Amino acid sequence: MIPAKFDYVRPSSVGDAVSALAGGGEDAKVIAGGQSLLPLLRLRLAYPELLVDIGGLDELCGVTDDGDHLLIGARTTHYQLVHDPLITEHCGLLAQAAGTVADPAVRHRGTLGGSIAHADPAGDLPAVVLALDATMIATGPAGGREIPAGEFFVDYLTTALAPGEILTGIRVPKLGADWGYRYEKFHRTAQAWAIVGVAALVRRSDGHVAEARVGLTNMGSVPIRAAAVETAAAGAQASPEALREAAAGADEGTQPPADLHGAPDYRRHLARVLTGRALEAAAGV
Amino acid sequence: MTHITVTVDGVKYVDQVEPRLLLVHYLREVIGKTGTPIGCDTSNCGACTVLMDGQSVKSCSVLAVQADGSDVTTIEGLANGELHPVQRAFHEEHALQCGYCTPGMIMATTDLLRDNPHPTEEEIRDGLEGNLCRCTGYENIVRAVKRAAEAGVTQ
Ligand SMILES: Cc1cc2nc3c(=O)[nH]c(=O)nc-3n(C[C@H](O)[C@H](O)[C@H](O)COP(=O)(O)OP(=O)(O)OC[C@H]3O[C@@H](n4cnc5c(N)ncnc54)[C@H](O)[C@@H]3O)c2cc1C
Ligand code: FES
Ligand code: FES
Repeated sequence: MIPAKFDYVRPSSVGDAVSALAGGGEDAKVIAGGQSLLPLLRLRLAYPELLVDIGGLDELCGVTDDGDHLLIGARTTHYQLVHDPLITEHCGLLAQAAGTVADPAVRHRGTLGGSIAHADPAGDLPAVVLALDATMIATGPAGGREIPAGEFFVDYLTTALAPGEILTGIRVPKLGADWGYRYEKFHRTAQAWAIVGVAALVRRSDGHVAEARVGLTNMGSVPIRAAAVETAAAGAQASPEALREAAAGADEGTQPPADLHGAPDYRRHLARVLTGRALEAAAGV
Repeated sequence: MTHITVTVDGVKYVDQVEPRLLLVHYLREVIGKTGTPIGCDTSNCGACTVLMDGQSVKSCSVLAVQADGSDVTTIEGLANGELHPVQRAFHEEHALQCGYCTPGMIMATTDLLRDNPHPTEEEIRDGLEGNLCRCTGYENIVRAVKRAAEAGVTQ
């Protein structure tokens, strides 16, 4: 279908983009890669009156080494995440998960910032940035601020971004070589969204798990940290049996949705099994 | 209306377009390049795949205004007097039946081989996961991509 009419601006600075967005009020929307927004516009599920295209803001693109962190511009595409050597070296989990998003053509256009701002519970990258303890950097009419991933995802398709605020980048702590990682995504057909996804990070020391972090995709209206698993895994032996035992609590405190891909019980089962697999792979056992 | 300048298949076009105009509609209806079909309303099928600045995109999921300043290649711009090697491989391996998905498959294949000139069968299937074919069952498409790779296609 043809989208409903809207006005369009393509600002050449973040300041201009913020002004345009704030000036457009409730009916203005940012467009980045358009890979979530354009399907909604085509199905006429969204009717923005103004689109503020941040596609011209090259300063929001790419990855910079910032000491103990990486600074990733909001417009960095999934394709770039997969291919960037800094991401591969310091937070390979993000590259691995970005490689499972949609298909190559969507990955050429879709952006990290768009995935995170869209906050689809089935989206792969929200749970990943949550597990990575990343920080979102936003700019709005009142200036800039930083929002920890744990406070960013508020509800289904809803984030802590205020109207008029633009996500400009994401700060991700670098992970040392002692960290292993794995994104386990379960879906039935090519190019499909996750029925459940698990992002696991494990730091090993002397045959034990020193620290584990686990983020869950599509186990509620927002991405969730599997706190019970993280506690159970810390100090456990890095063996398949011990990790599978730790994974048994993966669905604790979750409220998985029911839809045509699966009932809540089925998703709970998947969360436990996939968490076990993800931990084993991340621990290298 | 917004002013855009786009190069399509080597020819520069300057137009005034509505911001809501999709790139695929621009290609088909404004400049008459109907070689690129539309197969769905959900950005899933990949029939509309073109190259934008060398990378595959679904032209139904890009606004014409977002393509301002870019260089677009459609299936119509691929052959150069004779069939492009990927087109020839599809022909030789009988990688199509109705042909509806073929322009998108061929554009996605050229992009795949640019990125990875010698893909394994699994990499071929993954690389084409955004392109759906209702007819062939994909087997001959995978063979055609292998054949094109063996012929050394990198562009
Ligand atoms: C066929 C298909 C399959 C897909 N499969 C998957 C999948 O398996 N897993 C997955 O995770 N995703 C999937 N996606 C979605 C894809 O990841 C999108 O690229 C991503 O969700 C949105 O990024 P974008 O840059 O295209 O954002 P857009 O579509 O441009 O924007 C999305 C939303 O975010 C807002 N926004 C974007 N950027 C900013 C910013 N910098 N600041 C503030 N607000 C912003 C927009 O206003 C809009 O509301 C799929 C998409 C398609 C079409
Ligand atoms: S027409 Fe189906 S993906 Fe573009
Ligand atoms: S040949 Fe008919 S859809 Fe592919």
